[in-house]
Amino acid sequence: MIQFIFKSIGQRIVLLFFISIISHAIVHIAPGEPSLVDPSNPRMKAEDIQRIRTAFHLDEPLYAQYVYWMKDLFTGELKSFKDNQPVLKKIWDRFLNSLPLFIVGTLITWFLAFPVGIQAALRRGSAFDKVGTFLSYALISIPGFFLSYICIIFMVKTFNVPVIGMRTFGLENAGLMLRSMDRVWHWTLPAFMSAVAGVAILSRYVRSQMLEVINQDYIRTARAKGLSEDTVIYRHGLRNALLPFITMFGLTIPSLIGGSVIFETIFAWPGMGRLGFEAILARDFPVILTLNFISAVLVLIGTFVSDILYAVVDPRIKF
Amino acid sequence: MNEIKDTQSIEGLKPAVSLFEERWNIFKLNRLAYFSFIFLIFLFALALIGKVLTRWIVVFDPQLVRLPEKFLPPLTPFTSEIVSAEYAPKFNIYLLGTDELGRDIFARMLEGTSISLTVGFVAVSISIFLGIFFGGIAGFYGRLKFGFITIDTMIMRFVDIMLCFPTFFLILTVVALLPPSIYNIMIVIGLTSWMGTARFVRAEFLALRELDYVAAARSQAIPEWRIIFIHMVPNAIAPVLVSATIGVATAILTESSLSFLGFGVQPPDATWGNILADGKQFIFDAPWITFIPGFSILVVVLAFNLCGEGLREAFNPRLKEGI
Repeated sequence: MIQFIFKSIGQRIVLLFFISIISHAIVHIAPGEPSLVDPSNPRMKAEDIQRIRTAFHLDEPLYAQYVYWMKDLFTGELKSFKDNQPVLKKIWDRFLNSLPLFIVGTLITWFLAFPVGIQAALRRGSAFDKVGTFLSYALISIPGFFLSYICIIFMVKTFNVPVIGMRTFGLENAGLMLRSMDRVWHWTLPAFMSAVAGVAILSRYVRSQMLEVINQDYIRTARAKGLSEDTVIYRHGLRNALLPFITMFGLTIPSLIGGSVIFETIFAWPGMGRLGFEAILARDFPVILTLNFISAVLVLIGTFVSDILYAVVDPRIKF
Repeated sequence: MNEIKDTQSIEGLKPAVSLFEERWNIFKLNRLAYFSFIFLIFLFALALIGKVLTRWIVVFDPQLVRLPEKFLPPLTPFTSEIVSAEYAPKFNIYLLGTDELGRDIFARMLEGTSISLTVGFVAVSISIFLGIFFGGIAGFYGRLKFGFITIDTMIMRFVDIMLCFPTFFLILTVVALLPPSIYNIMIVIGLTSWMGTARFVRAEFLALRELDYVAAARSQAIPEWRIIFIHMVPNAIAPVLVSATIGVATAILTESSLSFLGFGVQPPDATWGNILADGKQFIFDAPWITFIPGFSILVVVLAFNLCGEGLREAFNPRLKEGI
């Protein structure tokens, strides 16, 4: 077990190294430079551009730039091209904004997807199953931002509450109660929207897993022993059906950055996805690269944790 | 070949239905998937007609700007006295209304049909080609050593690396850095979505390469690329087709998301994604500009997804029967 842990950590570090090289290469080889963002600005003279290029090490060979990036990243010295703020602090601030949205979204996803999926599997072929299947396909198929706009219009028109941004402007001095209610209103829609696709996909997986498990011999044995139906389904069935979802947990993490770009843009939510989007617009290479790097680290940690958990939960797996 | 068929029929060994027919019959049982399939064929025809009528024989002109006629709701008859009659829409009616520049949305949707589908199909073709290529090589030459690691390990680790990137963020980065062009979008979507296909193909190839017909082909000194691409790929194609069908749906959605952020297919070319993205600013005044492309995307992507799911069940009947 210890050996397995060390080996997989080692493998992941090697992977991470290659990921950082590839993402660095993609961003730097693609045309477009920070100094070219504002070419029509008359105050940008040739020597200014040259000064910027020297300051950002843009004239040095790629591998030297890579070394600079890595060195600065690990000493915490890495500065954004755009406003010269430390990158890690910038990302951390935005991460704290994204986190509640991610947690609420994930909770909604898992708490909705499991009951729906299990019921659909137990009542296979019923109207509930068919409607659920069709609805989940429809939810995957609708462009996320289109659905969000429909929901924003609906929310604003029926409940007359503002839903854009993190808080309502001008409520800074209001009472605690009012402020927290305001916060919850602002969370609801973005969290639901980012959960929608997850619910649709996950409930399908849960359904097919449950179907697979329900037809196993040990379920028949459990029924034959005269156990109540709930015990059979939830103790004997669900526990075994849950195993593959440990793996899925690790794979949901990239959506913390990638999937949230759209929703954070729609809801003007100052999170990580939006930071990435702004960085792309400004050709802010350190921020883009570091975001990519961090999300790769998160994925690798996620898959590592799910590998370990898998071994802990399923006694059949040996190393 | 005929000889074999004759002996088979004499000895009563000829299968009653061919493999393809059998799958097709299973597919037809899933009514939703079957309707989606027919709908998609209809859509291809529409895309082709749309391409012809908006580009080559201009019956519906998607780029004609009529500023006095902007924001007309669907089914408004053409009664303007400012715009001269030669610029009137076909049949003197705006079937789906006009947008903020007075362009006919029906014409733009027609033009967008073919472009949206092209984006989806080209992107998926690239990803399938790469997936089959890498998956095939990893599966077939898996055991060959290349230095100190096997080719299989090398390719599959590369797949792992690609899977670690947040895909949409990566697409966005590259598309935003490259000059805006419809080809870049197709290529980038294709280059970032081949990993699933590579995994399927590799898994199939690991099983296929041990089969007798591969050994037979080798014994006849057929070159290896022929064995891989002519003999083995057709046997591993079923899961690839399924994921391709769903991939087209995903690519259309990705294009619309990119359009929403302003990095999609650039005007004057119309796709459903950028009509939708342009319409969002006028959602209160002219909701039809948003809702028409929005629901069109929903319906088409849904059809692709349902069709893909039907194919998956047909090629893997175990799923359907629930064992």
